[in-house]
This record gives sequence, C-alpha cells and structure tokens, in this order.
Amino acid sequence: MNVGYGIGAVVLVSIATLAIGTWGLRISRTTSDFFVASRSVRPGLNAGAISGEYLSGASFLGVGGLVLAFGGEMLWYPVGWTAGYLVLLVLVAAPLRRSGAYTLPDFAEARFSSRRVRAISSVLVVAIGWLYLLPQFQAAGVALRTVTGIPPWAGALIVAVVVLANVLAGGMRSITFVQVFQYWLKLTALALPLVFLVIVWVGDGATSPADARVVVDGVTGADWADPLAVTGDHPLYTTYSLMLATFLGTMGLPHVVVRYYTNRDGRAARKTTLIVLALLGAFYVLPPVYGALGRLYAPDLAGSAADSVVLELPQRMIGGIGGDLLTALLTAGAFAAFLATSSGLTVAVAGVVSQDVTSRRVSGVASFRFAAVIAVVVPFLLAFAARDLAVATVVGLAFAMAAATFAPLLVLGIWWRGLTPAGAAAGMLVGGALTGYAVVDNLVSERAGGWWAALIEQPAAWAVPISVATMVLVSRFTPAADPVQVNRLMVRLHTPEDVALDRT
Amino acid sequence: MSDPRPPRVRVTGPHAARPRLRPRPTVASEIDAQSDLGEIYVQGLLRAQLRLAVRTLFWLITTVGLLPLVFWLLPGIGDHRIAGMPVPWVVLAFACYPVLVVLAWRYVRAAERREADFVAAVEGR
Repeated sequence: MNVGYGIGAVVLVSIATLAIGTWGLRISRTTSDFFVASRSVRPGLNAGAISGEYLSGASFLGVGGLVLAFGGEMLWYPVGWTAGYLVLLVLVAAPLRRSGAYTLPDFAEARFSSRRVRAISSVLVVAIGWLYLLPQFQAAGVALRTVTGIPPWAGALIVAVVVLANVLAGGMRSITFVQVFQYWLKLTALALPLVFLVIVWVGDGATSPADARVVVDGVTGADWADPLAVTGDHPLYTTYSLMLATFLGTMGLPHVVVRYYTNRDGRAARKTTLIVLALLGAFYVLPPVYGALGRLYAPDLAGSAADSVVLELPQRMIGGIGGDLLTALLTAGAFAAFLATSSGLTVAVAGVVSQDVTSRRVSGVASFRFAAVIAVVVPFLLAFAARDLAVATVVGLAFAMAAATFAPLLVLGIWWRGLTPAGAAAGMLVGGALTGYAVVDNLVSERAGGWWAALIEQPAAWAVPISVATMVLVSRFTPAADPVQVNRLMVRLHTPEDVALDRT
Repeated sequence: MSDPRPPRVRVTGPHAARPRLRPRPTVASEIDAQSDLGEIYVQGLLRAQLRLAVRTLFWLITTVGLLPLVFWLLPGIGDHRIAGMPVPWVVLAFACYPVLVVLAWRYVRAAERREADFVAAVEGR
C-alpha cells in the first residue's frame, strides 16, 4: 500500500488531538480543572468522553484479530466490556459521584478515614494503570509498523509524546473534548469502511464465514463459530471467569472511575452511564464483522498477524486508491484509540501520583505535570523490557486485578456499613496479591493446558470470591471506623442532591 | 430647637413577646441528627435502591449470564441459522447490546422514581 496515506492519517489525528487540547486549554486554569474539568461536563459529552477513552486498541484492532484467530469464543470480550457498565450503573455510578471524591484513593479515604487504606488504593491504581498502559504502547508500535513501516519503538514513542503533550497542556478539560472527538472518529473509522467491505462481500456471493466448507488452518467453519470450544480445555470455567472479570473490573479501572467526578450530580452520573452503554453497543457490533470477513479474505493472517486484519482488509477486498483511503481512515481510528486510552490512564495515574507523592515537593499544576511525565515514561520503558504479549491478554489481567480489588471495595463500601478499614485493606491486599501473582506467572511462563493453566489465565473466578470473603471476615472481627461519620457518608452517597442535607 | 414630640415607640403584638417555639424538626434535620426517625427514612431509600440493583443484576444474570451454560448444554445450537448466521453469533455479536441498554434504561427510570419518592417524603409531607 501507499505508506504516505498511513503517515498522513497519523499526523492528522495528532494535530487534531493537540488542536482540540489547546482549545480546551483556554478554559482550563485551576488545579481542579486539570483533574476533573471542574465537574461541569454534560452527560452527553461525558458519555462520549468515557466511551472514547474506554475503546482502546484492544477494542479497535484486537477484537477483530481475536475473532479471526479464535472465532466465536472471543465475542465474550466485547459483551463483557459493555455489560461492565451496567453493573457499574446499578451498584456504584450515582453513589460514587455523590461521594465527592476525585480518585479511587479519595473514595477510600472518605469512606474509611484511613491513610493506610488510601495508600493501598494508590499503589493499586498505579499498578492497574501501568498494566493497562503497557500493552497500549506495544500495540501502537506494532500497528504503526503495519501501515507505515516505521519500527515499533518509534510508533510507541509518537503515542507517548502526543499523549504527554496533550495532558501537560490541558489536563482533564482538554482531554474531555479530545476524547469525545476520538469516540466519533473511532466509530466512523470502523463503520464507513465496513459498508464498502460488506458490499463487496455481498457482491462475491455472501459466503458465510461459518460455512462448513470454509477451513482455515484446519479449523472448520462450525468449530470457528462455536462460542465456547476452541482454546483451552475448560471453556465453561474460562468463559465465566472472563465474564466475572469484565463485569466487575470495569468499575475498578482508574481511568473510568475518574470520569465520574466530572458529572454534575448523581442523576447525571446515571444518565452518562446509560448513554455510554448505547455508545459502546453501537461500536462493539462492528469489530467482530471485520474478524469474520477476515476469515474469508485474509485467512493467512489468522496464524501470526491477526491483529492487523482490520487494517489489511480494505487492501485485500477493494485495493487501489479506495483501499488506500479506507486503510488511512482505519489507521486514524486505531491511532485515536491508542491516544484516547493512554491519555485517560495517564490523567488517572498522574492524578494519584500527584496527590500522594509529588505534591509534597511541588504544588498544584506543576506537581500534576511532573506526575504525568512519570505516569507515561515508566510504562513506555516497561513496554520494551517485557516480552511481547497479546493486548487482550494483558488488558484482561488488568480487568481481573480491578475486579479483585476495587470492585469489592466500592460495592461493599457503598452498600455495607459494616466494612471496616482493616477489612477493606486486607481484602485489597489479598485480591491484589493473588491477581498480581497470576499476572507475573502469565508474563513469565507459557503453559500448555490443564486446570492450572485455565485458573492462572483467568484468575477472576477464584480471586474475586477470596477477596470478598477476606473483606467480610476481617470486618467481622475488627473495629469499625467512627460510626457517626460512616452513617453521615452513607446518607450523602445515597440521597439525591436536591434534598437539603448537611453534606460536609 | 427641641422637638416636642415624644420619641418613637415600637408597637408590637403580644405574640412576639412570647418565647419563640422551636422550629418543627424537619425530616432533613432528623436525618442530619442521625435520629431513629431519620434512620428509617435513609434505610428505606437504601433498601429500595439495593433491591432495585439486585433485581437488575438478576435480569443480567438470567439473560447474558446464562448464555455460556445454554451454549454448553446445547452444543447443537450452532447448526441453527438466522439470516445465514449461527444462532450463538446473532445473540453474542448483536442481540446482547440492545438487551443491556434496555436493562440500563429501565434501571435509571426506576432509580429516579425511588429518589423522587424519597424527596417527596422528606420535603412534601
């Protein structure tokens, strides 16, 4: 293909991102603006920003690739990533906004009045944030190599620099507009080429990719389409564990949670979440179609280069200048996906690092900027130290870790007065240690199969119950925090803002 | 020149001279004071919202949550086609999302209704 189009697309998205970021800068002045856009973002905009931030490279390129390589089984990922917002909506959305905290550690401190619980939350935010950022940089490098031919480190560097420039310039306010733009760019970039691809497919006779006669790498159409069978030998366990991780993990992702504080009130937080569900649903019906078409038109990618199927299909099916232009549009969307998720995570991690570490030396905005540099540079360097892993695998582990630590903290903290500081701390430590062990094990060793491999690959199904049980048991045997204060917080979390109550 | 008129005297009704009655306690002040009455109102709201949340999660589990089990118990379901696509694909790739949005929409409406009831109970009377 023509390399110029790919480079042009990347440059255009970068310029647009920086331009919108600078435009946002004019209205972003105080530290509060930097962190949470002064809490004045409308639900429609906020939902666009959450979706824009949430749809990472794993969604834009990864899902299509996974569906091509492994088939129907991979459809659980996007379903779980969307359903996580329904669980978030019913259990935490409004109370989280009403808690009045900026970050997850802020929530922990408000609920438990404990520096120790706060410190544990801070460490976990940074751990989950970096675990999520690392594959973003790796995947960005690989994707940019596919379309422009530049080496992977250069692609990752471009993403890191644009993210940093943008976050340093405007913080959360500029990020809001950038991410709304990036959601619609991603949706358009995926939907428009698909229209042409489907027209070509229908013109070719519309063979079903699940047809028994379509055999790729010895896998028949029926096996490929099966929603449970292909990988692993314990598909029912793996699927349910993945479901638990994605359903519960979403609420514990630091870059998702930080956006809830930008809602005007609890009702707006609910509305935002409802719109997010619709926006994500509209997006997630698209990537699997790329994977399915790839089985017919790019079966050779299934083995090694499945992640590039979304970028390759216009070339294979249409070709010529039309194919080049559509590939450029898809490249723009993919690059937007990397930028959006990385920016959101950077702001979230930098917010925590800045509040808990750097603000002791420098104050306010300078502290936040310093923290943002740390937040980007560490995972960028780690991306080259770690061995190459599938984006979805690492992202899946980040979800499992969030599900085993912050999800119980939030749900029990919001709905159960009996959760004590010691219980919360113990549960988060146990959940963090168990999933942390699974992460390291996955990064270091490759297992052939069997129960142990299934348990380590999808740790949520055992780590989450153990974490919850630890929180409940330890809480039963340890003293509660000041009950008057806990009751007062419970009132604030659950009552609508228009009731004139003492909310201090 | 001195003014012959007497100085002004404030004329007040006899009621104001009486010691002021304490303002009638509002539900909001009962809640703030964490009295038993305030506790009843807050508990009522909390339980109602939690029941609603659990009910919504129950629907999530009985729709999307049961799918793996259904596919596991009925392996032949993939042979059935809708518009050329295996049934599990139609369900997972497309039909799940509207279900999630509808569940969320119904939840938001119900949760707001419970909050409106609470506001009416606290302020209306």
